[in-house]
Amino acid sequence: MAAVLTAPLAAGLAAGFTAGPVVGPALVWVALLGPALCALAVLLLRRRAVVLVADVVASSVVLLCGGALLAGVADGGAAVVTAGGLLRVDPLAGYLLVVVGAVALTATWGGLSPGRARSRRGGRYTTLVCLFLAAMVLAVVADDLGVTWVAVEGTTITTAFLVGFAGGRRAVEAAWKYVVLASVGVGIAFLGLVLLYAATRAAGDPTLSWVRLVTDRPAVDPTVARMGLLLAALGFATKAGLAPMHAWLPDAHSQAPAPVSGLMSGVLLAVAFGAVLRIQRLDAVLLDGAAVRTLLLVGGLLSLLVAAVLVVTQRDLKRMLAYSSIEHMGLVAVAAAVGNRLALAAMLVHLLVHGLAKASTFVMAGRVLAVEGTTAIADVHGLVRSAPRIGIPFLAGAVTLLGLPPSGLFLTEAALVVAGLRSGYGWAMAIVLVLLLVVFVGMGRAVIAMTLGAPAPAGSSEPAAAATEALSAPLAPVALALAAACLLALATPLAGTLDSVVAVIGGAP
Amino acid sequence: MSSGDASQAVALLAGLELLTAVLLAWRGPASSPRGPLAVQGFALAGLVAVIGVAEGEPVLWLVALLVGVLKGVVLPTLVVRRPSRAAGPAAPPAADRPATVRPVVRPAVVRGRSRVPLLLGAAGLVVVAYLAARPVTRVVTGATGQALPVGFALVLVGFALLATGRRSQSQLVGFLVLDNGIATTAFLATGGVPLVVELGVSLDVLLVVLVLQVLGSRIDTAFGAGAPGGTDLDQLRELHD
Repeated sequence: MAAVLTAPLAAGLAAGFTAGPVVGPALVWVALLGPALCALAVLLLRRRAVVLVADVVASSVVLLCGGALLAGVADGGAAVVTAGGLLRVDPLAGYLLVVVGAVALTATWGGLSPGRARSRRGGRYTTLVCLFLAAMVLAVVADDLGVTWVAVEGTTITTAFLVGFAGGRRAVEAAWKYVVLASVGVGIAFLGLVLLYAATRAAGDPTLSWVRLVTDRPAVDPTVARMGLLLAALGFATKAGLAPMHAWLPDAHSQAPAPVSGLMSGVLLAVAFGAVLRIQRLDAVLLDGAAVRTLLLVGGLLSLLVAAVLVVTQRDLKRMLAYSSIEHMGLVAVAAAVGNRLALAAMLVHLLVHGLAKASTFVMAGRVLAVEGTTAIADVHGLVRSAPRIGIPFLAGAVTLLGLPPSGLFLTEAALVVAGLRSGYGWAMAIVLVLLLVVFVGMGRAVIAMTLGAPAPAGSSEPAAAATEALSAPLAPVALALAAACLLALATPLAGTLDSVVAVIGGAP
Repeated sequence: MSSGDASQAVALLAGLELLTAVLLAWRGPASSPRGPLAVQGFALAGLVAVIGVAEGEPVLWLVALLVGVLKGVVLPTLVVRRPSRAAGPAAPPAADRPATVRPVVRPAVVRGRSRVPLLLGAAGLVVVAYLAARPVTRVVTGATGQALPVGFALVLVGFALLATGRRSQSQLVGFLVLDNGIATTAFLATGGVPLVVELGVSLDVLLVVLVLQVLGSRIDTAFGAGAPGGTDLDQLRELHD
């Protein structure tokens, strides 16, 4: 969707890149400050209309700037550098910006709620979502790994109250566990960065700038650098939801309001994984790359295993979707570990397609909750017949997530397996296929039970206000996102762009 | 200041940090963690100042001031403060709660748990820290390398406190000790990360502690406020598979 919608605009702006060196840095600042200004507008104006649409506006700004920046820096364009080198947009950052914008637009547009905007805490919700977006943009465009760290921790802070937004025991418990585990995990990443910094200092040039480390290749002490990079990868992987550091994820993603769950599952995991990819590249450049690759392979397979076991036995819809996110992050980690060009390209497309599909499905799960009053899988029946405006898009989203053709995930998963076999990871691919099948059966069974078949006899009670709102909520964002999730992987014009992103993270042919 | 003096000052202040970490592990549930935490924060600030003098970096003086205010005064004060109960009109009376709420008030002394295993564990963690820090001390030159394992030890003790802490306050204390350990490692191993990162990290830590404080008081409200130090987190069992 991103590329399709922004292509004409991006082409125009890309022309501006050659015209003057001002446009690129300006776009970076707009992407960064736009969401922050939207948050400020909500705080200052407090108008209902502003509260309603501010997060959608912020997402659109990020998507447009990301698309334009990606078009400018991909295919041989120079990276955009600003703020004295602290911020730098290379193809990977541009691509992740597009992922952030596209998924956020799906989640916020699909999650538009006049009822929430009218409520007393609506302003707080929108402010936090906008700040959350700004933190993710900063995490993506920062070149200094220390700044990346600050921004990733910032995403924890801004989402803490969003996870606990619903109030009550479960939400506050989830929020507490989320903040403690995520902060400690990310704290470990900072310890790793400190050790990396110490190693570069001993090598004569203290820096945490990613691009300087990659281009200058300082002769660091291998033991200290490896310790540092491993701890950093482990810490950021906590935030990316990789097992065995995933314990916070199902709680947080199941308790947050649906659009926030969509944002966290669909794009925050990808942003954190972007940091892992940068660390992996450093490991490959400064050392031999074996340590982080092993970490990702083991973590990825373990995530798939955890997801497979718990999806099958899952009784709650939103928890099931959360475990599905762990499954997909596991696939992404395995693809990063395989590390050839095909695997990395498949991984990048997988991040975007999964984000779009997961955000859509979470948005629809929120409407299921509003209409049925529960997310217990066993209590929901025959949605397609009882509430087709919810049941059909929910089914479509779930099928896309399961990777049935024409879902883009079918292609990326097939490409991952082929890439793995080519690089001699046959045993790992066998495990991946078996676990994917288990998830497919487990989740497919639950989704079929909820959507197809005869609906439960309807109660005679008047539908609640939330249910009325959910039944008339816009379907366009979900339809667009799912269409993009199916078509994007087939878009051959994107191949050149993907190639330049893959080059950043060093795909060997 | 000669390098010998700096070396001695660093060793002294690092030793003080380690001592306060052990005190925090040893502390009974009824005693306030504020004092040891504040001493630890000031020791860290002193460490930064000494490094600033030894390396002739005036910017580290500013950082020392920031660290002193944040970790010596603000964060220890925040940890012992319970925001909503101090400000609000007191917790809802017991009668208003639904009947399914489990009994929540537990005695202040938690089942007479012995602190000896924790102390022995802390000693073990210090040994582990010395072993783990050996490769790093090799690359660090100057007065600070020999004290470096203290940073690692604080990280490990903080981890242990977090993992074994049963109340929101003890988990917060663990988090702060962990964070002090990372900061100690950073200053001893690198003479401080770049200033912009240091400022961002300080802001993040402050916000995380504030967020956890607010969440802690919400837990008290939702689960029923009990003993000093916040609700027994073993009650947080609503979410599981």
